[in-house]
Amino acid sequence: MINLQKIILSAFMGLSLTACQTTYNPSETLYDRLGGDSGVTAIVSGTLDYTLKDDRIAHTFENSNVERVETLLIEQICDLTGGPCEYSGQTMERSHRGLELTSLHFNALVENMQKAMNDNDVDFSSQNDLLAILAPMHRDVVTK
Amino acid sequence: MTGGVTQVEGAGGAGLTPWATITGYGTENSYGANVFYTEAQTRNFTLRSTGAAVGIKNRLELSYAHQEFDTGDTGPVLGLRQGYKFKQDIIGAKLRITGDAVYDQDSWVPQIAVGAQYKKASDEGLLTALGAKDDDGIDIYASATKVMLDKNLIVGATLRGTKANQLGLLGFGGDANDDYQIEFEGSVAYMVSRKVVIGADYRTKPNNLSFAEEQDAKAAYIAYFPNKHVSFTAAYADLGDVALQGKQDGLYGSIQLGF
Ligand code: HEM
Repeated sequence: MINLQKIILSAFMGLSLTACQTTYNPSETLYDRLGGDSGVTAIVSGTLDYTLKDDRIAHTFENSNVERVETLLIEQICDLTGGPCEYSGQTMERSHRGLELTSLHFNALVENMQKAMNDNDVDFSSQNDLLAILAPMHRDVVTK
Repeated sequence: MTGGVTQVEGAGGAGLTPWATITGYGTENSYGANVFYTEAQTRNFTLRSTGAAVGIKNRLELSYAHQEFDTGDTGPVLGLRQGYKFKQDIIGAKLRITGDAVYDQDSWVPQIAVGAQYKKASDEGLLTALGAKDDDGIDIYASATKVMLDKNLIVGATLRGTKANQLGLLGFGGDANDDYQIEFEGSVAYMVSRKVVIGADYRTKPNNLSFAEEQDAKAAYIAYFPNKHVSFTAAYADLGDVALQGKQDGLYGSIQLGF
């Protein structure tokens, strides 16, 4: 029993140490941590690949120009994470109006993005930093 | 995005305290549910808790838990029979009032919920002999919970009005005090990865029985989510002194299945 306690406690300490070691160079933007242009492009195209094979949400893209969404989403993420871009698309409220999206759809897209970020070896903290930027868009994207 | 675990009284939350989140992966148009089993082995006692909860449209959570506090070999020391078990049933309801712990990342406003837990303990005669005033009681609470994605943190605080002695296992109210007390519960969790969370909970408790002082409870845990439907929690918990048998600390394990 005592030994087990020690093992669990040392597991905690080990984890909190690794947690503390994830410090970033302050001049590095989230954009850099996502892998810059090639990283963000790969994340977005991976997200859309998973999404178009995902029964929960593939249908929402049926009448859309997926290439346009891909280009604009890359540009938007680049813009929001400190990269050298300026988003030129429509507002989130406008572009998702009429799609009748629910939180289930939203969460499914987020899951696909997490998978794509894992595929691209984005560390967990940077993944959450990106999700923290996207999460409030739930308000505009989800209407149902 | 983030599934919690079930607290010891059946509500969605961390080990010892509720979170303001509604249990399961349900959303405003769907349902979530889970079942759990928790066992804590302290120096003299074993606490088992098992139950289920449903989350309805990310608004209302209904839960049931059954707890057994097994006195094991310490039973006879307390003048009870070997392996005597204090038991209670807990029916809970939690209503989300405002906010979204996960989506509202651009504001400090937490998700807020209020809840109630009706608890009914076994063996009224014995509880009365120990000084308790009632064998049943209602806890009411308000919880605030925030996920801070950019810090990989989840923080929660709960204020609870309660008369429960040792969560209610030793009845409600007592010879030393029979008024509702406001107790504080706090919890912090750090998300190490998508599958591993470490955290700690703290919970204050009333002190209603003159025969045995009650202390605050604390727990530190590691929870593993191999997939969205299963989680395992291992913890070190310290429930404080229980029934004059000194500090009751030990290991705690919990398994949860849900969707
Ligand atoms: C934070 C989450 C989201 C972001 C940042 C985002 C971003 C974008 C962007 C930049 C566009 C293009 C806007 C334009 O055409 O000017 C777009 C369009 C679109 N998005 Fe999203 N989106 C999100 C969530 C979702 C979700 C959850 C779904 C469905 C599951 C979805 C489905 C679509 C569809 C179908 C279009 C094309 C609409 C059309 O044809 O005009 N989006 N999104």
